[in-house]
Amino acid sequence: MKLSDLYQQFRNPETIRALSQSIKKIASKIETDINIMEVCGGHTHTIMKYGLNQLLPANIKFIHGPGCPVCIMPKERIDHAAALAQLPNTILLTLGDMIRVPGSKGNLAKFRAKGADIRPLYDPLDAITIAKENPNKKVIFFAIGFETSTPMTAVLIDQAEKQNIENLLFHINHVLVPPAIDTVMADTKCKVNAFIGPAHVSVISGAKVYRPAVKQYQTPLVVSGFEPVDVMESILRIVKQKHAQIAELDIQYSRAVTEDGNLAAQQLINKYLTLRDSFRWRGLGPIPNSALRLKDEFSHRDAEIIYSTVLPTEEINDHKACQCGDILRGIANPPDCKVFGRGCTPETPLGSCMVSSEGACNAYYRYAGVSHA
Amino acid sequence: MLIIDMLGYLMLNKKFEQIQLSHGGGGKEMNALINDMFFTAFANPILTSQEDSAQLQLSGTTAFTTDSFTVDPLFFAGGNIGKLAIAGTVNDLAMMGALPEYLSCSFIIEEGFAIKDLQTIVTSMAEEMQQSGAHIVCGDTKVVPKGCADGIFINTSGVGKIIKQGISVNNLQNDDVIIVSRDIGRHGAAILMARDSLSLESDLTSDCASLWPIVEQLITANIDIHAMRDATRGGLSAVLNEWAMASNVGISVDEKLIPVSTEVQGLCELYGFEPYDLANEGTFIMALPRAAADKALEVMTQYCHCDQASIIGYVTDAHNGKVILNTPWGSSRYLDIPQGELLPRIC
Repeated sequence: MKLSDLYQQFRNPETIRALSQSIKKIASKIETDINIMEVCGGHTHTIMKYGLNQLLPANIKFIHGPGCPVCIMPKERIDHAAALAQLPNTILLTLGDMIRVPGSKGNLAKFRAKGADIRPLYDPLDAITIAKENPNKKVIFFAIGFETSTPMTAVLIDQAEKQNIENLLFHINHVLVPPAIDTVMADTKCKVNAFIGPAHVSVISGAKVYRPAVKQYQTPLVVSGFEPVDVMESILRIVKQKHAQIAELDIQYSRAVTEDGNLAAQQLINKYLTLRDSFRWRGLGPIPNSALRLKDEFSHRDAEIIYSTVLPTEEINDHKACQCGDILRGIANPPDCKVFGRGCTPETPLGSCMVSSEGACNAYYRYAGVSHA
Repeated sequence: MLIIDMLGYLMLNKKFEQIQLSHGGGGKEMNALINDMFFTAFANPILTSQEDSAQLQLSGTTAFTTDSFTVDPLFFAGGNIGKLAIAGTVNDLAMMGALPEYLSCSFIIEEGFAIKDLQTIVTSMAEEMQQSGAHIVCGDTKVVPKGCADGIFINTSGVGKIIKQGISVNNLQNDDVIIVSRDIGRHGAAILMARDSLSLESDLTSDCASLWPIVEQLITANIDIHAMRDATRGGLSAVLNEWAMASNVGISVDEKLIPVSTEVQGLCELYGFEPYDLANEGTFIMALPRAAADKALEVMTQYCHCDQASIIGYVTDAHNGKVILNTPWGSSRYLDIPQGELLPRIC
């Protein structure tokens, strides 16, 4: 068997069509709308890229959630990254398309062009090599992401400690999914009545972290893989729950997700990181206990503390016309925004939902809008 | 910046293992040695006449193109910057239905560059020119201080007589079919894999190749080619979108018909890329009347190892200016032009 056979089965056209038919059959017996929030940007991307929304009945609607690590980063945190990158003898490291997200004075790509040493990493552990190769420079890892990428940061801190790599510092922006779900549901305008639960986040955290939400809001939540068959099967499971009028936590992505998650990763995270009192999410505002920071005993590696005097403290909101906030809270869709596709495009994003390939606006801009005969 | 003009040719000195700024000093022995490398590899009467300019006999409508080559790493599976610098410019001519005839070649070399690596690059260039019969007839070499270039940069320009008129991005017609010459994305994937930061191993090789031999066969077979372009940076997505906009037509392609190797697909799965966005250096896209498609495919498979050449879609008068990708399960989406740096997804 070839490696490609593994994922090709999750893109099997016959299976996808059969799932589509089953969903339509059961959904036709349900009179109300099923408003599914796919919390994670990876699922938004799958739905739009593979056109899965075109295979579903009209009473199934998607509300795109806040689970894109780039999209929820407020401008002041990007400004932190820019300020750190401009310090003398400093190398700023970060992941993927964080480079493109606009802060209040431009994105990191702009500061890199002006001469700042900013490097996107493929593998966070490359930070160890870079720090060792540049002993006379401060190497700052601008750590971002949900539960998925937090263990990589924890391993990096662990290695820095064990190998006494003194010049490797951290600016921690890791955020958590469950508090974001609570914030979305607390909005009185929220129409969400079912969730597709995150895939890779749940591999780390375990599905158990969603139990309180399922119980409190009485909404089905199906933890789903990222392939088209995964998402379609998860929607079928949601529709079945809706038809049976039950609300349960279910794991479709059982080939990778367990109830308890990756305990070794959780242990390592808890060794170095702790809850932050509050973190201001782009579009959602401040949410208590929704993000992580370095524990006090590792403050010697905390760039936020070491450089507190040079980091800007002003909170910066998005452009008034930008509706990323409403989109992240699930009360607007990208085409509802007046600047979508006009003032705001992937080349010149006004809001962060347009920046990342996992952002709802970016996915709509790239893939959506094809009409059918 | 100290730039030493070496009067059109470098001289290889066997005493040196690296290119040095002192190579520009103009000493006779050095000049003679470098002279040996370039003139031996590229020998032809116009070049070796050593005039200030090459003298060319041109007739008819002539295509003229230029391209600069900067690639990291310089050596990759399936080629190197030298092969790329010849194939790239030859292909730009071939895609206009022009016979590649005369090339110029300029090197910008960083001080400290290994002379044996330069020799490898120059030998590859000479070998690649045999594919099309083109000749380098003039050139220039600069050496810049260490840190002012990334190893070596090469510029090539080329001219050639257009022997098949009318091939144009503006010439796509409703109901034309779209043919891709082979599996896509190999060069972009091979370069990404060769970068240390990815630490990947694979048998994947770049598609880097001169396309003139196959184009010549298509022209000889009198295939009515409407548009033809090699899918370099921006890949298949960029070519199709450029055509859709330039000809103000819609293009509809089927995902399941587009050939992609398992290695390229694997890399895309790992990093969240799309094969349609990855660069190619020896793969071209062609638009032609539906009635001519079978013959074109027959020529391509018969003569030039284009075993994977496939019809991937067609031109339509719906969705003008847009490219639609149809999935195997009946949904559709826009295939947009790739934007910005190719950055891996975060999770």
